[in-house]
Amino acid sequence: MSIQSSKEKMDALRAARAEWVTRLKDSEAKYPTRNARFTTQSDMDVPLLCTPLDLEDIGFDYLRDSGFPGEFPFTRGVQRNMYRGKFWTMRQFAGFASAKETNKRFKLLLEHGQTGLSTAFDMPTLMGYDADSPKSKGEVGKCGVAVSSLEDMEELFAGIPLGDVTTSMTINGPAAVILAMYFAVAEKQGVPKHKVKGTLQNDILKEYIAQKEWLFPIKPAVGLVIDTIEYCTQEYPNWNTVSISGYHIREAGATAVQELAFTIADGLGYVDGCLQRGMKIDDFAPRLSFFWDVHNDFFEEIAKFRAARRIWARLMKERYGAKDPRSWMLRTHAQTAGVSLTAQQPYNNIVRVAIQALAGILGGTNSLHTNSMDETMALPTDESVMIALRTQQIIAEESGVAHVVDPFGGSYFMETLTHKVEKEALDYLRKIDEMGGIVAAIENGYPQAEIGNSAYHFQRLLETKDKVMVGVNRYQQQEKSKPLETLYIDRTIEQTQSQKLVSLRARRDAQAHAAALSQVKEDALAGKNLMPSMIEAVKAYATLQEVCDTLRGVFGEYRELGSF
Amino acid sequence: MIQNKTKIRILVAKPGLDGHDRGAKVIARALRDAGFEVIYTGLHQTTEMVVTAAIQEDVHVVGLSILSGAHNALVPDIIQGIQAKGLTDALFVVGGIIPDEDFAALKSQGVHMIFTPGTGLQEVVDYIRNNAPSRE
Repeated sequence: MSIQSSKEKMDALRAARAEWVTRLKDSEAKYPTRNARFTTQSDMDVPLLCTPLDLEDIGFDYLRDSGFPGEFPFTRGVQRNMYRGKFWTMRQFAGFASAKETNKRFKLLLEHGQTGLSTAFDMPTLMGYDADSPKSKGEVGKCGVAVSSLEDMEELFAGIPLGDVTTSMTINGPAAVILAMYFAVAEKQGVPKHKVKGTLQNDILKEYIAQKEWLFPIKPAVGLVIDTIEYCTQEYPNWNTVSISGYHIREAGATAVQELAFTIADGLGYVDGCLQRGMKIDDFAPRLSFFWDVHNDFFEEIAKFRAARRIWARLMKERYGAKDPRSWMLRTHAQTAGVSLTAQQPYNNIVRVAIQALAGILGGTNSLHTNSMDETMALPTDESVMIALRTQQIIAEESGVAHVVDPFGGSYFMETLTHKVEKEALDYLRKIDEMGGIVAAIENGYPQAEIGNSAYHFQRLLETKDKVMVGVNRYQQQEKSKPLETLYIDRTIEQTQSQKLVSLRARRDAQAHAAALSQVKEDALAGKNLMPSMIEAVKAYATLQEVCDTLRGVFGEYRELGSF
Repeated sequence: MIQNKTKIRILVAKPGLDGHDRGAKVIARALRDAGFEVIYTGLHQTTEMVVTAAIQEDVHVVGLSILSGAHNALVPDIIQGIQAKGLTDALFVVGGIIPDEDFAALKSQGVHMIFTPGTGLQEVVDYIRNNAPSRE
């Protein structure tokens, strides 16, 4: 087809469209539109219809903007044959009460076909406190498993050969200490370092932005993240060092675009930190991975996944000069949106999760957690976790969507939306660059304020019913639906864990323990990489809090002003 | 409706280690927009910090936001602490992930109202307007 005839075709299309629009007006006069605006979950305007004209408007160029799967800019996915090679990793996040109980849940999930482990820690662990700290009162084992020492970590993975599974650990503030414990367990099991595989969330920047579980001021905290990246690059080459997370940013109220932009900005923060440390981009970038929320809006979510891969690939190649294609690839885990679940009519959550999971898969996620229907009320029961896992298995095995790569690629609407999401995210990234990068932006409270505004705006839309949550602000039910059995965490766990710590402190070699902790302090003061001394400290059964307190003594603690 | 001589002051607090502050901030903003005076503590407050803030600000209403499951351990201590320091008429409301089976125990410990996910902003505003203590 010649260029001239292609232009003529577009002109003909434009004319035909204009005529159709006049006929559309007649139809709309007869059947008025339901709403004044039609918007995505993030309140982005959605067109009624897209045609090849929209692709022309955005200057869509297939080879430049989509390309082939497994190849730059990875819009269509990071593997050439995607799910024909292997399904996404089905990874259900689990952790509650004691290490022993969580170990049982892990084994249950592995028996039922789950392919990777994912560990949730309790609040004290996430904040770097031991189970017997006064600050831990009422929180031990509630939101995840309590891990105060290497002894707990050994129980958590007892009977699970760490060379044969991949483990994800969702922890940030004290992530480096927990990683030290995991490596110590793997070493005790005799697993060779290159066979130790998994992911540490270790994304401290989004803690200051959204999840708010921090220990140290921003700069030393980022330094600790860079320590883990540097250490793993040398010692544990198959460990994914940071899972750069949009999930919590979204759950805190961000729009899809804000989730995308702030998360990519966090990623660039770590990249800059590593480069300043003197590392080479292709030595560490391939082990960075991402973690997205999958919210309710089906198309917006798919567009977000596609735009994310394209933005990251271009930044890595063009801004940082990365040469290794693995550095360009945005590999990602995803989780369905906890915030979309409702306590009202909880069985409806199964349907929400299925739709979100489908969006994540059509978006080309590499790993997925599906929420359980009861997670808005408590940690999930065995039964509800199983339904959530089966949801993924039904999509994988029965729906047929895993046969084909990026089936929405080339859709007039999907490409237009992908472009729009990308463009708006790039606008945010430019603003953050102008502020001097993400650390400066966080210090200015910029992403925090943007998210707060979006959260409030969304809540207002719910109040006016411009946004609908079924069972909450429309289709409410007077009589309660059948109550769910929820998981109950016994408070005696607090005493049991505390007693274990008392006994551990009495048993351990006091001299080796003290020497190991003073080495951590010395290295922190000297600005050395802290991983080697922390691994020695946890092996000497220094507790999580002892290591964290040592570092708090050197780095200080972060405080946020209570603005709203 | 009870008419207050002074503007109703509300302490919105995040006790414990829980970092989920989306709800607390949205509620704080809605209450402020509704004309109340709102003091937000920020995150990771100990029981003592919440008690001190309530007494210092002489608040009419204390709103505690907890989504980590630690409510049974933290809420009673805070209420007792505030009442022991002489602020006996304060209205206590709790918001967050609170299982139905914990409602009765919390109410017997002095919680006046529990707001769980899905509660409308207007419902919270109306409840506080109608139930905040009247002070000279």
